[in-house]
Amino acid sequence: MSPVLLELLLRSIWETILMTAASGFISLLFGLPLGLALVATDRGGIAESLWVNRVLGAVINGFRSVPFIILLVALIPVTRLIVGTSIGTWAAIVPLSIAATPYYARIAEVSLREVDHGLIEAARAMGGNRWTIIREVLVPEALPGIVAGFTVTLVTLIGASAMAGAIGAGGLGDLAIRYGYQRFETSVMVAVVIVLIILVCGIQWAGDRLVARLDHRA
Amino acid sequence: MNQHFPATAKIPVGTPERPEDVVRLTGLKRRFGATPALDGVSLAVQKGEILGIIGRSGAGKSTLIRCLNGLERPDSGQVFIEGREISRLGERELQPLRRRIGMIFQHFNLLSAKTVEDNVALPLKIEGHPRAERLARAAELLELVGLSEKAKAYPASLSGGQKQRVGIARALAARPALLLSDEATSALDPETTRSILALLKDINRQLGLTILLVTHEMEVIRSIADRVAVIDAGRIVEEGPVWSVFADPKSAITQSLLGGIRPQLPAEIARRLTQGAGTEAILKIDVAGEAARGPLLSDLAAAVPGSFRLVHGGIDYVQRQPVGTLFLAVPAADAIHLEQVIAFLRAREARVEVLGHVASFA
Repeated sequence: MSPVLLELLLRSIWETILMTAASGFISLLFGLPLGLALVATDRGGIAESLWVNRVLGAVINGFRSVPFIILLVALIPVTRLIVGTSIGTWAAIVPLSIAATPYYARIAEVSLREVDHGLIEAARAMGGNRWTIIREVLVPEALPGIVAGFTVTLVTLIGASAMAGAIGAGGLGDLAIRYGYQRFETSVMVAVVIVLIILVCGIQWAGDRLVARLDHRA
Repeated sequence: MNQHFPATAKIPVGTPERPEDVVRLTGLKRRFGATPALDGVSLAVQKGEILGIIGRSGAGKSTLIRCLNGLERPDSGQVFIEGREISRLGERELQPLRRRIGMIFQHFNLLSAKTVEDNVALPLKIEGHPRAERLARAAELLELVGLSEKAKAYPASLSGGQKQRVGIARALAARPALLLSDEATSALDPETTRSILALLKDINRQLGLTILLVTHEMEVIRSIADRVAVIDAGRIVEEGPVWSVFADPKSAITQSLLGGIRPQLPAEIARRLTQGAGTEAILKIDVAGEAARGPLLSDLAAAVPGSFRLVHGGIDYVQRQPVGTLFLAVPAADAIHLEQVIAFLRAREARVEVLGHVASFA
């Protein structure tokens, strides 16, 4: 591989990591509260409000049912509003985050829903308010699942970021298509695949280790 | 309008107001759909006593205990905790009140993500005490329940009995005026149950803590309760000091709940029992107090000529009062002899019931 291609590869790795990390962080920031809201407003939840629950659920399902490649294009006006441009790595972070947030909200919801209702009742019996229940019970008890779900989200984001090449965001996927596929640079294709495997395995390994450290349930 | 009604005006007869009552319930009702879980429960718990509420599953005991700290809201009726009516309070007003009431659960409900000491300290965290103070109090309570060496362990590494000890320590952390126990020993084996009950009794004595417990096991009532209330289909069907309810159970449900720990007619005899004629009459004799303390059977033998034989029975001590049941087989051929035996026993204040007749072995 020529030094030029190597430099391209390194830059693409950085772009992929940047897109994944930034949109992963944003999806955690908004997805976890959304997941909490879904559980809290559901029947028997700590802030039961069925119409809020239904509206939230419908919005989340709406975003989740749009294929990412379409979301990428459809959100261009929104992206321009937020980032100022619709092209480039930072521009791709907007649709990636908007796609990953409802995805992660659903994963977090599943973990939060699995927290034993008896624990919530115990916290109420101690005189805890909703905030206590969220901070001392729901989030800590669901934390292993919340972290495991975040790992899955990050891996999914690496895959999704490959499509962001369509709006000139760069990244490994874009590199693989433009050089590896369209210019028949097999070495680039192989290098990209190896880097992706290492990235995915690394994230999964780190996530699994963190979960093992956090999980005191058995 | 400046009329003054006496405070007792609204309170139904049967629950006189006493200032020392920690809990007082009047006419509590709660339905779930068409089925009433509570159908007019009135009850009082005095300061320092252990009141046991016993009933079968579905009798309404869990609903009842949850009404006391506002986890459940009655449809009608009143709940007074330390003289204050709480059944209409909002969640926010209930929160400080719940800190005055500790609660322990059948499945312990310990937080798996927190260490034992952090579990015990949680009620104090909720109250806003600084960490050093919380941990000092947690250490004190773990000492009390005999689990000091487990302070840094996670609940998953503890046995059932140890988990419940942590549950008890946690319930006591905020120095409550009342401890609610919801089937706290039902998930434990008999030996662990005994040690947990002994701990609760100790705490009751040492701290003078008022305890209200619900259970479906008469054994729990027998070991630690001062008073018992029997609940069935959402109503209190019987209530009184444990030894007197044990000695003289009035309702069928109480008798059936007592069945497990009272002597029962051996199955072999019950199988052969007929309401028709037989050579021997089988008598069931419930004794308590003086009748159980004295030499009842030898007095009977001295006073009434003729034979009888002891088939089964035993005398137990409940709250230091002897309470027991004996089964006698008395020859039925001589009707006068049988009547004399019954009359003698009744004169000694034993309750006598002729269960039927059996053909003797000979």
